[in-house]
Amino acid sequence: MNDFTYLQATQAKEATSAVRDNKGAAFIAGGTTLLDLMKLNVENHDQLVDINMLAFKGIEPTADGLRIGALERMSDVGEHPLVVQNYPAVSQSLLLAASPQLRNMASIGGNILQRTRCGYFRDTAFPCNKRVPGSGCPAQDGENKGLAILGTSKACIATFPGDLPVALAALDAVLLLENAKGKQRRVPLVDFHLLPGNTPEKETVLEPGELIVSITIPAATHARKSTYLKVRERTSYAYALASAAVGLDVQGGQIRSARVALGGVGTKPWRSPEAEKILTGAPATEATFRAAAAAAVHDAQPREQNRFKVELAQNTLVRALMELAKA
Amino acid sequence: MENEPAFFETSPKPNVVGKPLNRVDGRDKVMGRAKYAAEYPLPGLTYGVLKTSDIAKGRVQSIDTSVAMKEPGVIAIFTHENLPKLAKTPNDADGKKAIGAPMGFMPLTSDMIYYAGQPVAVVVADTFERATHAARLVRVNYAADKPIAAYTNPAAQLFNPEKIQDGKADGHTRRGDAKTALAGAPVKLSATYTHAINHHNPMEPGATTAVWEAPDRLTVYESTQGVTRTQKALSTMLGLPQEQVRVITKFIGGGFGCKGSCWPHTVLTVQAAKAVGRPVKLVLTRQQQFTSMGHREDQTQTLNVGATQDGKLLALVHTKTSTTSPWDNYAEANSKIINLLYDCPTFESSYELARANVMTSTFTRAPGEAPGSFAIECAMDDLAYQLGIDPIEIRLRNYAEKDPSTGQPWSSKSLRECYARGAELFGWSKRNPKAGLTRDGNTLVGWGMATASYPVHNSQGTARVRLYADGHAVVQSGATDLGTGTYTVMTQVAADSLGLPPEKIRFELGDTKLPTAPNSGGSVAAGTVSSSVYAAAQDVWERLTKIAIKDPKSPLFKAKPEDVAMENGRLQLKASPAKGEDFMALMKRAGLDDIEGTGQGKYGAGYETGRPGNPAGPNNNTESAGKHSMHSFGAHFCEVHVDPQLGTVRVTRWVSVHAAGRILNAKTARSQIIGGSIFGIGAALMEATARDPNYARYTNADLADYHIPVNADIPDMTVEFIDEHDPYINAMGVKGIGEISMVGVSAAVANAVFHATGKRVRDLPITPNKILGTKAV
Ligand SMILES: Cc1cc2nc3c(=O)[nH]c(=O)nc-3n(C[C@H](O)[C@H](O)[C@H](O)COP(=O)(O)OP(=O)(O)OC[C@H]3O[C@@H](n4cnc5c(N)ncnc54)[C@H](O)[C@@H]3O)c2cc1C
Ligand code: SF4
Repeated sequence: MNDFTYLQATQAKEATSAVRDNKGAAFIAGGTTLLDLMKLNVENHDQLVDINMLAFKGIEPTADGLRIGALERMSDVGEHPLVVQNYPAVSQSLLLAASPQLRNMASIGGNILQRTRCGYFRDTAFPCNKRVPGSGCPAQDGENKGLAILGTSKACIATFPGDLPVALAALDAVLLLENAKGKQRRVPLVDFHLLPGNTPEKETVLEPGELIVSITIPAATHARKSTYLKVRERTSYAYALASAAVGLDVQGGQIRSARVALGGVGTKPWRSPEAEKILTGAPATEATFRAAAAAAVHDAQPREQNRFKVELAQNTLVRALMELAKA
Repeated sequence: MENEPAFFETSPKPNVVGKPLNRVDGRDKVMGRAKYAAEYPLPGLTYGVLKTSDIAKGRVQSIDTSVAMKEPGVIAIFTHENLPKLAKTPNDADGKKAIGAPMGFMPLTSDMIYYAGQPVAVVVADTFERATHAARLVRVNYAADKPIAAYTNPAAQLFNPEKIQDGKADGHTRRGDAKTALAGAPVKLSATYTHAINHHNPMEPGATTAVWEAPDRLTVYESTQGVTRTQKALSTMLGLPQEQVRVITKFIGGGFGCKGSCWPHTVLTVQAAKAVGRPVKLVLTRQQQFTSMGHREDQTQTLNVGATQDGKLLALVHTKTSTTSPWDNYAEANSKIINLLYDCPTFESSYELARANVMTSTFTRAPGEAPGSFAIECAMDDLAYQLGIDPIEIRLRNYAEKDPSTGQPWSSKSLRECYARGAELFGWSKRNPKAGLTRDGNTLVGWGMATASYPVHNSQGTARVRLYADGHAVVQSGATDLGTGTYTVMTQVAADSLGLPPEKIRFELGDTKLPTAPNSGGSVAAGTVSSSVYAAAQDVWERLTKIAIKDPKSPLFKAKPEDVAMENGRLQLKASPAKGEDFMALMKRAGLDDIEGTGQGKYGAGYETGRPGNPAGPNNNTESAGKHSMHSFGAHFCEVHVDPQLGTVRVTRWVSVHAAGRILNAKTARSQIIGGSIFGIGAALMEATARDPNYARYTNADLADYHIPVNADIPDMTVEFIDEHDPYINAMGVKGIGEISMVGVSAAVANAVFHATGKRVRDLPITPNKILGTKAV
């Protein structure tokens, strides 16, 4: 790990300009991703700007949904009654993630910015296009059991590993960002993360020094009737092999609206308009769900070890939809 | 034998052997007072950090330490260019033989790189952080060659070794003509089983603190399963007399076999401490742990089974192919358990190895027995289903009344009782004989069982008892407590042997200054050390008896020594117990503040034959030297819920019943069985280290990505023991339980998965990708 200086910011401006003006600087919230990667020398920062004093807090209802401050901790959001009642998929995605200790430290802004668990990325002895652009992608023909089947490129097949952003992608969440000029903009979560393409090192639309201030999630029946299903190799404390965040508004056996996103299989939180199109207006039956699942993985490009994810992602999605339809 | 102690009987007072005594070191551990190897705050302590190789094969072309040396706090940086030479290294055959410990290669002796993660430099600084940072700034230029990552590489050259497992086991075994018997067998099964690389991953990684007390005198605080083995290895490599090296291990945070040997990082720490003239502490990072202390090797086994129509075995033919390092012929001896578990007239086994650019694999809890039992116990299950026979019944039909591999009678075997009691506790009689028929919501429910067995390895050790006239005793043996309860059970044995309450006894271990004990490995510690303690207590009583019968003031004056017995701390006549006296009164009259006794305990064949045991731990070649074959036995029963669509397997019920001679402490023994079973469930369902096929480097070397079971993966476990009296194995009648607890576990799980789904998974671990595609029947 590099030597670094530490700045505790009390104003957003102080934080954003510090990071904008110094390429080596980074924000630190809970530090559970950042310090890990610094210890592995995957990220090397010479300044850490602590944003925990900023007023990006609160979990409050708005006119048409819920606003959550970016510095709220995963455990507080996951257990909040408004989240549990109105956005069960969000609550479940948080409480099924990491461990209680990590959830108590980790902020939800940081959660959205967590980085891939690709083993090549995390070990500087390997080449890796995401870490060192142009150095190669050994995962393509290497240990790729955990890596992505959707949204991949020749340059990178790293999975976006997180859970919460999958639920947020499904439920049309919007991020409020603020840059060093004090200018704010809104970006839907589905547009926030980038596909790897030829530039896997560029993961989000954030500008240098730009902060996530808060997240809003619109209220909807399909949000209240939502669920998050996570499949992993052990019962707790593991990243998803595949996961599904789904929301359904079913009336009289017909699906009025549907929201679908997949986790553990995409290079970014994977919203599936293809699946939603099949679901909307169709009867809430297993046959419909199967057809939707097939559409969701239609473009999958598996590698040798992660071929099973094509089937697993579909089964996970069908199971999640079945459970919702039954409830 | 003349000095053979009588067989231990529990004393009516305090009568603590076997009782569920709380751990005597429990309080120290939870209060943080128990000191581990990296927790000795010595004056002038410095911090060592390893710089390890990025490549798996090639050479170090150049190392530039100039930038790192300029960092504040950096004291020295050692590479192969400036590290003082060792007297001996294992890099040549002579050195390897002299060192004796299974360390095949010492790095930093040349520019050659043989495996990823091989140390290329040791940085010493005044703080851990500074050393870590400086290590990063050391610039290494490599000339990389293409490595071989595993036996599966088409370019790997396979060979049949004459000896495996560090020369301790044969590479080829034949009993009868198995191939012909197989060819003529009415029922034949052939299956191939693969096992992933597993890492021991003890909570406490490898850790060493080295202090040179004088230019030729060294103390090492070490996280090891055997202080004496480390002492020997170090003294040989340094060219010092053995007594000039002291090794101390008061507590260790788990070992599971990876701390059974002296490894390079320990030697490098010692060398660095000498060179800088200050104590050096070096702790492996978790990533370094994966390449520094061995692992269970990646392996494929094929087992061919020939049987009659009613399930009687006729032939077993076993082959194993696995990866080893560039310099050692290490393979776990899987075939041994296959050769002895069932009554089968013919047997043949052979091993095939491939050299690859990896650190040597090493003993991992139940080395050989764990993966070997996976093959034979799955095969027995397959045979049972194929012939429509209950899995327990087929095992009973092949019950070995004597050891088929040697023809010797068992010293004791209560496997029938284990099956019966396990079946009763589990409710086995309610089992649906057909696979794939029991549903619970989205899951399929399956039941499986498997046999466990583990040898009583040949071993010996010593202990000392100092009994004080005020009624206290200090008992010592240089054993290690892996966290399993050695401190506690030895306190219990000493209490009953001395007739004193356990609070009056302090048991000390983990120091080469103490009487020598074997490595805590191969499940020998409990039996060997307890027998040594018992023998030392006997020695004290013999000495006191001699004093009493010469003392005119003693009620025992002029009695014959053989007529005197110790009962509850009193010496008395066997024929008239009223005639006798308290040891305290006797010692006071004799003007003795204390009295010492020493004893040698033997475990296994050495006990029965009177020939030397192996002080350094298990030595398989001497094991059949006695009249009896000595093994513990047990049975595991498992229920799983399998979700065929999501691929998940969850263990929902577990019953283990074992017969392992005398159980010294009901509570710590139960914990051992639970721990071993969980270890086995990990291997069965999730543990796998991924080694990149092109770079021969691990890609999941941390505890977030190398999965071991968490609490939520483990159900409440039922553990019972069958009482067993075995007078042949050692003076305490104890068989170790550290390893049998995991033997058969992966097979019990796989058998339950088969029962649930009708799908046989022979490739461990059974992760969701291997279950998917299973049709619900
Ligand atoms: C062992 C382990 C297991 C885990 N398991 C899971 C799991 O199962 N599921 C899951 O979803 N996650 C999991 N995680 C990831 C965990 O949820 C994230 O590490 C955590 O949410 C990050 O939050 P943080 O506040 O600690 O971020 P930090 O580490 O402080 O920051 C992460 C990144 O985000 C930036 N950042 C932080 N806040 C802001 C902001 N407001 N605006 C702009 N940039 C910001 C930082 O500069 C940094 O680059 C696991 C982590 C670990 C270590
Ligand atoms: S998949 Fe992406 S992160 Fe992984 S090695 Fe390839 S480029 Fe790097």
